Amino acid sequence: MPPLMKLIFSRLALGAVTLLAVSALMFVGIELLPGDLAQQILGQSATPQTLAAFRADLGLDQPAHLRYLDWLAAAAQGDFGNSMASRRPVADLLSTRLANTMFLACYAAVIAVPVAILLGLLSALWRNSLFDRSVNVGALGAISMPEFFVAYLLVLFLSTRLGWFPTLARIDEAASFGDALYRSFLPALTLILVVIAHMMRMTRAAVINVLAAPYIEMAQLKGVPRWRVIVKHALPNALAPIINVVALNLAYLIVGVVVVEVVFSYPGLGQLLVDAVASRDFPVVQAVGLFFAGTYITLNVLADILSILSNPRLRHAR
Amino acid sequence: MSKLLDIRGLRLEAGPMGGRTTILHGLDLTLNRGEVLGLVGESGAGKSSAGLAAMGYTRDGVGITGGEILFDGIDLARASAATLQDLHGRRIAYVAQSAAASFNPAHRLIDQFCEAPLLHGTAARAAAEADAIALYRQMQLPNPDQIGFRYPHQVSGGQLQRAMTAMAMACRPDLIIFDEPTTALDVTTQIEVLGAIRDVVERYNTAAIYITHDLAVVSQMADRITVMKHGREVETAKTRQMLAAPQEDYTKSLWAVRGLKRPERSAPEAGPLLSMRGIEASYASAKVLQGVSLELPRGQTTAVVGESGSGKSTLAKVIAGVLPPSNGVVVWQGSPLPGRYQKRDRATLRHIQMVYQMADTALNPRHTVRGTLERPVRHFTGLRGAALGARVNELMELIELDPAVFLDRLIPELSGGQKQRIGIARALAAEPEFIICDEVTSALDQLVAEGILRLLLRLQAELGLTYMFITHDLATVEAIADRVVIMQQGRIVETGDQSRIFSDPQSDYTKRLLASVPQMDAGWLNGVRQRLAS
Repeated sequence: MPPLMKLIFSRLALGAVTLLAVSALMFVGIELLPGDLAQQILGQSATPQTLAAFRADLGLDQPAHLRYLDWLAAAAQGDFGNSMASRRPVADLLSTRLANTMFLACYAAVIAVPVAILLGLLSALWRNSLFDRSVNVGALGAISMPEFFVAYLLVLFLSTRLGWFPTLARIDEAASFGDALYRSFLPALTLILVVIAHMMRMTRAAVINVLAAPYIEMAQLKGVPRWRVIVKHALPNALAPIINVVALNLAYLIVGVVVVEVVFSYPGLGQLLVDAVASRDFPVVQAVGLFFAGTYITLNVLADILSILSNPRLRHAR
Repeated sequence: MSKLLDIRGLRLEAGPMGGRTTILHGLDLTLNRGEVLGLVGESGAGKSSAGLAAMGYTRDGVGITGGEILFDGIDLARASAATLQDLHGRRIAYVAQSAAASFNPAHRLIDQFCEAPLLHGTAARAAAEADAIALYRQMQLPNPDQIGFRYPHQVSGGQLQRAMTAMAMACRPDLIIFDEPTTALDVTTQIEVLGAIRDVVERYNTAAIYITHDLAVVSQMADRITVMKHGREVETAKTRQMLAAPQEDYTKSLWAVRGLKRPERSAPEAGPLLSMRGIEASYASAKVLQGVSLELPRGQTTAVVGESGSGKSTLAKVIAGVLPPSNGVVVWQGSPLPGRYQKRDRATLRHIQMVYQMADTALNPRHTVRGTLERPVRHFTGLRGAALGARVNELMELIELDPAVFLDRLIPELSGGQKQRIGIARALAAEPEFIICDEVTSALDQLVAEGILRLLLRLQAELGLTYMFITHDLATVEAIADRVVIMQQGRIVETGDQSRIFSDPQSDYTKRLLASVPQMDAGWLNGVRQRLAS
């Protein structure tokens, strides 16, 4: 399938270019912030001489574009440098946080994606029924509340009142897998409630849209049961929009959860990024930002490729 | 013969409570085992709804509000969903109008064939596949051993329609509903499909309801014909009797549509209005026109005839400047035209106008009739105020619609024929010399289409217009064309005066095309198949 490979290759190339552009934008963004790391660490009372020496030590006296190119050259070889604030390698800082973030994202996704698609299919099957309406009201209600509010409601009821789950999701290497699941249940549930509505609504809309097609009527007139019509005849033709929404929500679960992390004191990447921006810790911001951008791009490219593969016209040439 | 289907006093209603419209007003139909009943009528006659109701099925928003549908003693109007699900596909099957839209694009043909036998438990997978291949062979599909393993988009329309008939046969049903199965096909393809359908229906002694608006087609397929209008039966008779001696006025008017004839005209004035030399054009890498040269005589109608994919609409796009040719030149009144319409001067743009096939999509549904017509008048003639209003009224008179009634209606509030008239008025607003009519009647019922053709002929006589009339329908060509151009695969196969083309076609393709037009004669299909086979 050369045309398909060409398509996939061009998407990947575009993704790489986007990643490069994002890294440059982030660098410019940090440059535009008032103050710098030296000022931040040494404080207002530092003499100009000490500031200058400290800057020279960190390499901050170099022109901006040279610093960017240096960083880029090193990053291309997998070296993201040391944190300016803590002097520890960025890779070390990131690794535990990254694992935590991925754990929480996977935890939420493994539950949210199948549940959302199943609810979407069921509400398409029983369109305009009581079930359909209540699922929609529930999902829209959950998405309409700010995520910190959902989080506090869950803490209030499931933790403070009922005492089923811990308020703070502190996890460390010592915790067993089951223990980690238990301790991070509330943040995961918050995220599930936030992302389900979007995916469920899109599944429902995409399937209902396909239900108007003549081949659906044909399937019914062949005596195919309703549920099978939805799963076998409608869903395969509704996959492209569903895949795209799932990808967007997965990206959100990895990238956009800083508020939930803060509420539950969960040691994820989001908190690390916020701290690094506050202290103008450029290497950490760059590395985390690049990872976030990479996540978005990878998931979107993946969604693109999967939607292409879900189309038999592109999979099987004439 | 025993009765298989007995529909008594069937009423169908649609729409929300309060604003309900009646689709069928108490229809009676009977069908014996092995019999083929033709259901004929114009759009809106309720024939498709009646066909679906014969399966106990109604579309969303439509309900059965009276009568009974007895299929082999079971009343489908009151049967449970489970009963219907069991009958559908197993004892009653359906063949839809557009096979391309009615095959699921996500599954292979043979998987869709096997679905019903497996669900209904009439055959195991291997047996069903073997049966599919046998039926594909009987339907004269090319490469029957392999074709089932292809996806719908990999198979042509005529082949899909035969594969769909094979699929309907999968459980050897007692009854098949054919809903306009050949309407979307080219005439030469239609013959193959009609022949294959009839063979297989005869072979398995399957009863069928054959729904169509084409009288010539139904007379080949049906033992008996029922004519419908506005949800009521007009008359029913044996096919030969119906063709020879229709009783009702409505039936006679349907039969008489093919009598339209253009007035005799003197020879054309000197010099063509428009000519083309060596036109080549392509979409991306696909070459659609390969060296087309053509002259359009002034004040006459040149019909461009061809099947889908022959390049006839592309030719129109090249003339209109929408698709610049990659080679060749369009000459307008002696001087060459730029390839793109953006580079043409306003006088040329004004003199070349188009009327489209789908008036539904060619007119902006948010505009009123007045808005639709005022804009081109203002743009091309610069008229304002009272003069503009007078001109719009004049245009409405030209197309025989009462301005007082129609000017302030929105486009969706018009019928199909009225919309097409507005499409013509919009072209006339520019006061053109030349109008390209692209399949302007193919989406319309025969009676309405005839009205449009009469209108076009009258306007031509009054305003001295030159038409290029693109169509695949040879009956239309015979009715209105002076000159005929036959196209096939991007080339001109034959050109000539209309009477000569019809009486003495030279190329094999023209001969085959002419032979393929269904005739109102019950023996036509047999005759033409024998001739084509030999």
